[in-house]
Amino acid sequence: MATKNIKPRVRVPKKLTKGQVFEVKTLVSHRMETGLRKDKETGETIPRDIIRALSVTYNGRQVMYSIWHTAMSANPYTSFYVRAEDSGAMTFTWTDSANQTYTKDVAINVTG
Amino acid sequence: MKSMTNMRRRDFLKTAGVYTGACTLAIAPLSANATPQSVQAEIDKLTDGKAVIDNGRVQLTLPEIAENGGTVPLTVSIDSPMTAEDHIKAVHVYADGNPLPEIASYYLGPFNGKAELSLRIRLSKTQNVVVVAETSTGETWVGRKPVKVTLGGCGG
Repeated sequence: MATKNIKPRVRVPKKLTKGQVFEVKTLVSHRMETGLRKDKETGETIPRDIIRALSVTYNGRQVMYSIWHTAMSANPYTSFYVRAEDSGAMTFTWTDSANQTYTKDVAINVTG
Repeated sequence: MKSMTNMRRRDFLKTAGVYTGACTLAIAPLSANATPQSVQAEIDKLTDGKAVIDNGRVQLTLPEIAENGGTVPLTVSIDSPMTAEDHIKAVHVYADGNPLPEIASYYLGPFNGKAELSLRIRLSKTQNVVVVAETSTGETWVGRKPVKVTLGGCGG
């Protein structure tokens, strides 16, 4: 299925200072099939296949959780803010409607 | 002669009626099921029927006219100090003219530092985008913005 081509991408600033509130940008390639469309040739409904959740942890602590519905665009993009505390890692986990997960880890460098 | 004319007129009216009906039927599967009432019903589920506050602290940044309803950029910015005592717990995004009212829900906390997020949404037609924010102090704030969607379609 199309699920094999899923490529999660994340962007965070390279260097951060302690206490800085920084933007986290995320993008995952996915067609976000709504389950409302019909196949033009067979007339059958194309089954729903969406990314339904994104969970983000920063050094093990959950800093964002989101639930997505069919009205999220294809290749869902989202951004949000986090306060820099300590160097470490942020882990991003996307879950699709078949409960398959896609994960990406990003290093966080906090100085000062 | 007279009856023939009448018949033709009737035939014409019938045929016209059928075509009008067909167009309505053809667009019906594409037309929206969500309504301002169904969005309100979703909000009532969150608040247990308590009133939401439209205090201008939930700001939506959206294009006034979206040429492609398939990907409409939305930024939600909420005026909150995001401290342990006073922060935004959750943000819910709805549309009142899409096939389904819900778009997304985001759960935040004081570790976010700033209650702002961006996403890209699908809008099937011209409608209102409604954002509801739940605060740590138990209040529910709301912000709304209309978006004109210039997608083609049956008479669109």
